[in-house]
Amino acid sequence: MVGVRARASILHLDLDAFFAAVEQRDKPSLRGRPVIVGGIGTRGVVSTASYEARAFGARSAMPTSEARRRCPPGTAFLHPRFQAYRASSRVVMDLLHDLSPVVEQVSVDEAYVDLAAPGTHDLSVAGVRALVADLIDRIASATGGLTASAGVASSKMLAKIGSDLEKPHGLVVVEPGRELQVIEPLSVRVLGGVGPATAERLKSFGVITVADLQRMTLPDLVSIFGESHGHGLHRLARAQDDREVEVERETKSISAEETFDVDVPDRARLDSELAAMVTRVGGRLGQSASFARTVTIKVRHHDFTTHTRSATLTHATGEQAVVLDTARRLLAEVDVSDGLRLLGVGVSGFTSHAQDQLAFDEVDEPDVPATPEPSASREPAPESRPSAPSWRTGHDVRHDELGAGWVWGAGRGRVSVRFEGPRTGPGAVRTFASDDPALHPADPPDWRERPDVSG
Amino acid sequence: MKFRVDRDVLAEAVTWVVRGLSPRPPVPVLAGVLLQATPEGLTLSAFDYEVSAKVTVAAEVDEPGTVLVLGRLLAEISRSLPSKPVEISTDGAKVQVTCGSSRFSLQQMPTDDYPTLPASPDASGSIAGDVFTQAVGQVSIAADRGDTLPILTGVRVEIEGEKLTLLATDRYRLAMRELSWNPGAPDASHVALIPARTLSDTAKALGASGSVEIALGTAAGGDGLVGFEAGQRRATTRLLDGEYPKVTSIFPTSVDTTAVIGTASLTEAVKRVSLVAERNTPVRLRFSEGQVAIEAGTGDDAQASEAVEATLTGPELEIAFNPQFLLDGLNALGTAYARLSFTQPSRPAVLSGQSEADGDADESYRYVLMPVRFAS
Repeated sequence: MVGVRARASILHLDLDAFFAAVEQRDKPSLRGRPVIVGGIGTRGVVSTASYEARAFGARSAMPTSEARRRCPPGTAFLHPRFQAYRASSRVVMDLLHDLSPVVEQVSVDEAYVDLAAPGTHDLSVAGVRALVADLIDRIASATGGLTASAGVASSKMLAKIGSDLEKPHGLVVVEPGRELQVIEPLSVRVLGGVGPATAERLKSFGVITVADLQRMTLPDLVSIFGESHGHGLHRLARAQDDREVEVERETKSISAEETFDVDVPDRARLDSELAAMVTRVGGRLGQSASFARTVTIKVRHHDFTTHTRSATLTHATGEQAVVLDTARRLLAEVDVSDGLRLLGVGVSGFTSHAQDQLAFDEVDEPDVPATPEPSASREPAPESRPSAPSWRTGHDVRHDELGAGWVWGAGRGRVSVRFEGPRTGPGAVRTFASDDPALHPADPPDWRERPDVSG
Repeated sequence: MKFRVDRDVLAEAVTWVVRGLSPRPPVPVLAGVLLQATPEGLTLSAFDYEVSAKVTVAAEVDEPGTVLVLGRLLAEISRSLPSKPVEISTDGAKVQVTCGSSRFSLQQMPTDDYPTLPASPDASGSIAGDVFTQAVGQVSIAADRGDTLPILTGVRVEIEGEKLTLLATDRYRLAMRELSWNPGAPDASHVALIPARTLSDTAKALGASGSVEIALGTAAGGDGLVGFEAGQRRATTRLLDGEYPKVTSIFPTSVDTTAVIGTASLTEAVKRVSLVAERNTPVRLRFSEGQVAIEAGTGDDAQASEAVEATLTGPELEIAFNPQFLLDGLNALGTAYARLSFTQPSRPAVLSGQSEADGDADESYRYVLMPVRFAS
């Protein structure tokens, strides 16, 4: 049996090179050029590479240092601007919700939509193709030109494979009954659950394509990969996937973590990192309109050993000071003398009500806001935090006289800013002292033409 | 050593003396109770460096002497003995306990290693036993039982002349009792942080006496100790060390709504309704003209509601509390009526007692309670 649906009614939508595409939209001088978004420190990894950068071999999850070797001079390496990505993502998700009430958002740039849910769409192959082609057009015009790729099929698995087949700006509708024909010639890597290790293992048995995998017997697969994984592979090879589109993926935890450029043994520095992360986590907890009972910290030592420690509070809290106190106690029990590569903090165990604490006069003042943080580096995007430099490459700024721009480069007490935006042509670069009082961090620019409110 | 003592007297004395001993003492001899038989009677002492207790009771002493035996074991034995005179004597390395036809032979512990108890302090002042017991009970309920901030496991005791103020908080609620005592000197001034559990045990044990003497500061034989004495009983406790949070701003400076409710009827109603409030889920109180409606449980879970007569002054208000925290405060009041004062549903509420429905509030005891907040 292939899938449970008789019609291609599950849409998988994936925004193409999303972070890089938003950067190229907001920074006209980068359009058509290789762009890498990610951690750009010595230990960073690539979040997204633009298609121009992919041509040189840059890939997401690749160490940024390797991407630097592969890409030509003139490649832009940018810190992520999550606030900007979220704003565009919201516009896209709203368009998906216009199509169907059943939307399962997988991440900021990816979602499944159940097109059968409203009961009003024409679910013939031609009807679905027209519907989704129109959706992709509307996404492009609503987001200032971002492109999306879509797959529509009778199962989530095939929809996702479909959306990847003609990327970027692709649309594949897998005709019901032709699912196996679509996947058989493809590499086993297209199957969810086949990672590099499994693929390598399969290759040693001569299995390269899905069709090869179909020829493996179930007992053989189980003997090689174990009961659960073996059965899984056997099913995947036959495109058997009856997972439904789930409206809401319940949030089970909220967390933040920071990888350091060099191992950090300094407790004062770790404490300020912890406080900054708690601020971000607490902010997101506030947005989610719930409270948490469990606080967890994650530490990675210099030798890559990774530990988590958690504490459960008697009463759920929404207060950052309580989360920070608890996280600090957990961190105090960790030996950091050899330095930490990574520190993270998270909250879980959500409830709809919280027992707040009494506010003591001073000893218990929440010290989150008091955390020393260079004012110039105040980072509007919650997920990203300055570790050392005040101005981070790629981030938005505003100059009192020259207007909006972005940090083109910074260091040695200087900061270079390119003054341009999504609705301007490529702009010029000007250099300032890092502490120039006319220069301020700014929110992401709006790509939409808006009526002039001042009249 | 050889003496006879009344069974009930022995059982009560040993039980009291060993009650504070750590179940896992740092050195074995600290698990012992020291029995000293003198012509004046029998003195029992225990000390584990944190707390000490000492009591002298009447006994017929034939041969004076001193022995050290396991405290908790002697307490259990004496409580289970028949109601007859108990004879205790040494026999070589053993201590014989005889009562009726029951015989116990206990191992003597070496008295050479046993530490000297803190010196018996001079009192800083005194207070009526029953008043002290009630006040400590009212406040110690609000002390923290957890281990996250040791300072909050204590009761803060402040003495200014004739005024004695007890205060405790676990961050969720705060209890404060102000009362008068008889200071040894009119300008007595002390602040001490006493472990709540020990203070509560001590106050209960000494409260039956007419008067309890309290020794603080240098009077307690050095800083870091508090001494209590009532009748033939003496106890010392090590104080908690650290800076207690400043709490003055916790008491609201204004009141928008007050409700006066019969303490017993409110207590009973909250108990009933909270049967459906699962662990740590709140009870909701909706105050309106003439009544308070109490509800718990939501959605698919079990739900309960009950209305209780209340005299409301000021705007109507809906507020939610952890039921146990509310009940702790109501149980501590000791008055026929409870007065609840509010500003906003998100701000602390203040509970105090009063004897008449239309009388004035008795603010010598105040219980400040932080409400439960719901996700918006």
